[in-house]
Amino acid sequence: MTQRFIQGFRAVAEATALSRPQVLSAYPITPQTGIVEELAQMVADGTLKAEFVNVESEHSAASVVLGASATGVRVYTATTSQGLLLMNEVLYNIAGMRLPVVLTCVNRAVSAPINIWNDQQDSISVRDAGILQLYAENNQEGVDLLIQAYRIAEDHRILLPVMVCMDGYILPHAYEPVDIPSQEAVDSFLPAYDPLYRLDPDNPVSMGALAEPDKYLETRYMIHKAMESALKLIPQVAAQFQATFGRATGGLVESYRMEDAEVALVTMGSLAATLKETADELRAEGRKVGVVRLIAYRPFPAQELRRTLGKARRALVLEKAISLGSEGPLALEVKAAFHGLSPAPAIASCVAGLGGRDIPVETIKRLASQPSLASPEFVDLRADVELEGVER
Amino acid sequence: MSRNIRDVEKALDHTFASGHSACSGCGEALGARLVLRAAGKNVILTTATGCLEVFSANYPYSSWGVPWIHSLFENSAAVASGIEAALRVTGKLGKTKVIAQGGDGATADIGFGALSGMFDRGHDILYVCYDNEAYMNTGVQRSGLTPYDASTTTSPAGKEAWGNPRPKKDLPQIVVAHGVPYVATASVAYPHDLDRKVKKALSIHGPKYIQVHVPCPLGWRHDSALTIDIAELAVKTGLYPLVEFENGKLVAVRRIPKKVPVEEYLKPQGRFAHLFRSEEGRSQIEVIQVMADANIERYHLMARPETEVEPWSPTEA
Amino acid sequence: MKEIRIHARAGQGAITAALLLASAAFLEGKYSLAFPHFGAERTGAPMNAYARLSDAPIRLRTQVRRPDYVLVQDPTLIASQDVAEGLKDGGIIVVNSDHPRHDIRLKGKGQIFHVPAARIAQEELGRADRANAPLLGAFAAATGEVKLESLQKAVRSRFPGPAGEANARAIQRAYEFIKNHALVAEGDTR
Ligand SMILES: Cc1ncc(C[n+]2csc(CCOP(=O)(O)OP(=O)(O)O)c2C)c(N)n1
Ligand SMILES: [Mg+2]
Repeated sequence: MTQRFIQGFRAVAEATALSRPQVLSAYPITPQTGIVEELAQMVADGTLKAEFVNVESEHSAASVVLGASATGVRVYTATTSQGLLLMNEVLYNIAGMRLPVVLTCVNRAVSAPINIWNDQQDSISVRDAGILQLYAENNQEGVDLLIQAYRIAEDHRILLPVMVCMDGYILPHAYEPVDIPSQEAVDSFLPAYDPLYRLDPDNPVSMGALAEPDKYLETRYMIHKAMESALKLIPQVAAQFQATFGRATGGLVESYRMEDAEVALVTMGSLAATLKETADELRAEGRKVGVVRLIAYRPFPAQELRRTLGKARRALVLEKAISLGSEGPLALEVKAAFHGLSPAPAIASCVAGLGGRDIPVETIKRLASQPSLASPEFVDLRADVELEGVER
Repeated sequence: MSRNIRDVEKALDHTFASGHSACSGCGEALGARLVLRAAGKNVILTTATGCLEVFSANYPYSSWGVPWIHSLFENSAAVASGIEAALRVTGKLGKTKVIAQGGDGATADIGFGALSGMFDRGHDILYVCYDNEAYMNTGVQRSGLTPYDASTTTSPAGKEAWGNPRPKKDLPQIVVAHGVPYVATASVAYPHDLDRKVKKALSIHGPKYIQVHVPCPLGWRHDSALTIDIAELAVKTGLYPLVEFENGKLVAVRRIPKKVPVEEYLKPQGRFAHLFRSEEGRSQIEVIQVMADANIERYHLMARPETEVEPWSPTEA
Repeated sequence: MKEIRIHARAGQGAITAALLLASAAFLEGKYSLAFPHFGAERTGAPMNAYARLSDAPIRLRTQVRRPDYVLVQDPTLIASQDVAEGLKDGGIIVVNSDHPRHDIRLKGKGQIFHVPAARIAQEELGRADRANAPLLGAFAAATGEVKLESLQKAVRSRFPGPAGEANARAIQRAYEFIKNHALVAEGDTR
């Protein structure tokens, strides 16, 4: 393992290049742009031999990779926020056509009001499209999960798009030591893409045909089954990754100091780092606190979650998204995972860090000690801002 | 050459307030002020996501002294269509004018479908495109209006590339082809001409399109004191012809008294610096010269003028 | 873990400063992280960049609120910002300035060093607005957190060729300035 001190954008772009995609297409949008710029420069310098299609919108970026993937080549795109929402229609299409597109979502808040900072409302909003979603805690994981994503997506039992999510600004903008694997190692881990079907005059197929009511449901069922298969495959790919690269990355759920934990802090993405820090501090004060981090959000690892979380008395689900009019979407799903079970932890929904608001350790310590929380709890809601139409 | 932005700005009133956060030497900020001043106060404006929207409206502040709405990057023309329909149904259209605004990316790329739809439906809207020739708000990426060979972060110059491999999309002609009654190009180097064009456009019923050339010191990498000079050189080289079409016919052009070689325009801009580093680069400059010459010929920019713009006499300023 | 906050204006290279500092520490076998303040960037607007240095892997990615060290790259910001905000007791501030700074209010024990980084940058690089590298040289001398040689190595690998050499010289001069001129303001103005 040799680490280099590089920026997250660069690390992701290099991991992309190492995965040997043949068609790249993406559209600039803050804070994803750095990835696209790095890739564009690699192509301009001739160090990455791929077609870089400079499109006029994310709708087209997603459509370009759809077309290229349908023609049987490995593809890559990246986006965030408004761009991901604009892709949404195409993403459903990519999943429905069972195309193994891999993309990076650099998580950012959604408009209006326009806000370019980090939360996870964007990726959560495309939850039901049939894309696998993996969340990275740091840039190393952003790299490793990307390489794994191709393995998972292109497996003939899966054939679905995989999206690796990285918290905007917090990860790709940061410079830190990252181990970028060698081309030989990646080549040995990731075989060339072997499409099951492709657009080929020698063997014509039709893609995107109409499915009537007597057939449509079955297409959904097949995707759902593939998602279930992914629950088995993801840990296997992680194990193979470790065997090749000597690094444990990936899997479904990470548990941190949960063995005897009474309070569990549950989250996805880079916030886990702050939560681990908090757990350490609270443990030093004598409180039994642990962290559960979902790496896979789709497919949803309910069983794994029950296993890691089952003994905690209380679970705080800290998430950077909200289903307005309900609760945090992750919290809802964690609750559902324990439905009808006893004993089960008391599960609280904490909506935090929306639109890039920093989540300090002190805040989490306070939440962990607060006996009752609103449902959902809007973490660090400012008292000095006038809230039109709201009674405090 | 010492006309700077301050001199020009002095002449303006304040429907577009200063104190916004545009960079120094921003051509787009100046362009918007000029358009607003010409439009008067009885207007409703839309703006696409982009620099203009970001630097002018950061809650709780806004530079806009007239009703203004920003929705998304790709829908300025469609949102304006909705505003126009609402004014129509409430009998206010005509007295109140609608102006849709967008950057070159919003207009020529991601919002192009919405733009075409707005023209096609014949809405009574003036669409103003602030053309700084790249996606500046996200840090200088290529757009459909980025000129040939300009180095941007998604069309970088490199060992195997000269920068943007495609010529600038001829958007004014595309709009003309929609049968739009008034189409013009303008430049912040010619504020009186821009003022006249906005007023003329707003006097015409139906869809209108004005594309204003607005240098971006950051993205074009020129000295921020040179914004006006650079804009002027773009016109005088023939690279940015100032033209007016009414009902599909070319009715006026700004003539070039003496042709300036494109090199003088390209040289002060970092986005073209790579062209000056080698012999092959030089031959690329030749290609750009041919493009400028083609414009000059196509629009008779140096011919004798029955088509010349009549001089505009300032009544204010 | 040591946390560093840099005060500058966008366009002055503060993110580069943070990353050079962090990569110098990395070259010494430490763990490090550099990141910008997450904000809308506009040339000339005040901004911050941050770095964390540690002997153990760094997890924390929150903004730096309680810095051990503060670097003030643009001294014109002192009038409008509390550059000492949140500084830990015993912390160190290094300011790009030709003269000692008495206009920074320390809330606890701390030391303030000044270094004519802009002047050094002007002389070595021909650009007074490239005070970032020399400021790091001063930081190394004032805090001992990184070695002079590592900073020079980091800047040479970031900017190969004459630019890297000029920056390495600027770093050295600033380093020596601090070594030779001792500190100027020490305070406990609680
Ligand atoms: C759907 C979507 N994709 C991408 C973006 C990111 N984005 C915002 S503004 C912008 C570029 C604006 O360029 P232009 O229209 O030329 O305006 P300028 O900033 O140059 O004035 C981009 C790519 C977005 N906001 N929404
Ligand atoms: Mg633009």
